[in-house]
Amino acid sequence: MAVITVDHVRKSFSSLEVLKDISFALETGEVLSIIGPSGSGKSTLLRCITNLEQVDSGTISIGGDTLVHTDDQGITQYADKHTVARIRLRVGLVFQNFNLFPHFSVMRNITEAQMHVLKTPKDEAQDIASDLLRKMGLPEKADAYPFQLSGGQQQRVSIARALALKPQVLCFDEPTSALDPELTGEILAVIKKLATEHMTMMVVTHEMAFARDISNRVIFMDDGLIVEEGTPEAVFSNTKNERTKRFLSRF
Amino acid sequence: MGKLLMLMLEGTFTSLRIFFLTLLFSLPLGLVVAKGRMSRHRIISSLVNGYIMIMRGTPLILQLIFVYFAPYYIFGSSTDRFTAVIIAYAINYAAYFAEIYRGGIQSIPQGQLEAASVLGFTKVHTFTHVIMPQVVKRIMPAMGNEVITLVKDTALAQTIGVAELFRVAQNAAAREFSTMPIFIAGIFYFVMNAIVSKSFDLIERKLDYYR
Ligand SMILES: Nc1ncnc2c1ncn2[C@@H]1O[C@H](COP(=O)(O)OP(=O)(O)OP(=O)(O)O)[C@@H](O)[C@H]1O
Ligand SMILES: [Mg+2]
Repeated sequence: MAVITVDHVRKSFSSLEVLKDISFALETGEVLSIIGPSGSGKSTLLRCITNLEQVDSGTISIGGDTLVHTDDQGITQYADKHTVARIRLRVGLVFQNFNLFPHFSVMRNITEAQMHVLKTPKDEAQDIASDLLRKMGLPEKADAYPFQLSGGQQQRVSIARALALKPQVLCFDEPTSALDPELTGEILAVIKKLATEHMTMMVVTHEMAFARDISNRVIFMDDGLIVEEGTPEAVFSNTKNERTKRFLSRF
Repeated sequence: MGKLLMLMLEGTFTSLRIFFLTLLFSLPLGLVVAKGRMSRHRIISSLVNGYIMIMRGTPLILQLIFVYFAPYYIFGSSTDRFTAVIIAYAINYAAYFAEIYRGGIQSIPQGQLEAASVLGFTKVHTFTHVIMPQVVKRIMPAMGNEVITLVKDTALAQTIGVAELFRVAQNAAAREFSTMPIFIAGIFYFVMNAIVSKSFDLIERKLDYYR
């Protein structure tokens, strides 16, 4: 069953068309990697799905509910505020530069949304946070502040923060790009572990070996279009597409 | 000497009332002004910008006189002197605070708002729990400067005849043909500002637990 369906989505920034008719579906339990050159629209696509940007036209459904829809008359309409608020929580997003709240402890970074948004009682929220921190290999960092952590540790906290809301899908936008090379491994290991637990994920990445290793499916985007879509073997080893070949030859 | 000190303490009390009442009104008013200045509506933001330019571009003493005398010419009745001082100071300081708040708010990385949004925080919660706490930390040094200036600006209230510390000291100096009272007033101001500085240091140190 598809958790996310994206259908004929278009998005422009003033005169620049960044997404030109994007369609795909993300299946439950699937790990989908999105690769492509800089400026091809990968981040914008994730941002449209997580409602940080609004599409110009097209349909996006999440967990069976429609976030935005373009009807036969070509009128594009977003769901009402409450529906949007409800369904956007089904998708978590891990940012390239973490965006942890610097004035909150690690614990509070993870409990704040649970308590404020889901109205989870404090003890329960803290239990959930402690479990997640253990899972991320950071059980002793609950009382630390983000500035006291390495980039890799901060990114693991931000993954825990996203997971605390129990999203149906977790999206990553280049989760290792802001990290020193020796720290990328720990993040990739965490994502890989989530994959073995059948967490549904969409990962925008420049780490080709990693994309190949963890994904069930790979989408190659270029210039606002999905140029190719298929299994990692099909895309990385057996592609017939010239643009894909040219892109992959750089790695 | 004892009587002089009593008089000066009374004057100090008036100065302190001006000081605290100005802060009480201008600190929140500044936030409203900052919000207006950052408004997407062009008309609102340019009106508010005009107000800020006037407040910062003309002397406080002139604004004070204007606030005190304008109602007299317009409505034929004047405000109580002390009230006029508080109004003039509050709207003047709100303009300065607004610009400090605005700088602070705009310095918060966009990513903080995006993280809050993705986590489902309401706009209000984002403002009160994510933005403002970080703004407060960033603007403390600038606010400290402004508040110290306010302590000294209270002396301007004498322009419209409010008997604050400096006025009392001047009167006493004239009466006794001595500059001593003025010198003592200087010490009073210095002590008040030492307390202000110390308080800001304390707050800054308290907020030092994160970066
Ligand atoms: N808010 C914005 N306003 C204007 N243009 C934007 C905005 N966000 C993105 N763009 C433009 O849209 C295009 C696609 O950007 P996007 O960030 O989605 O690319 P990307 O595939 O994620 O690239 P990268 O690999 O460098 O992260 C780029 O040309 C970018 O300059
Ligand atoms: Mg990007």
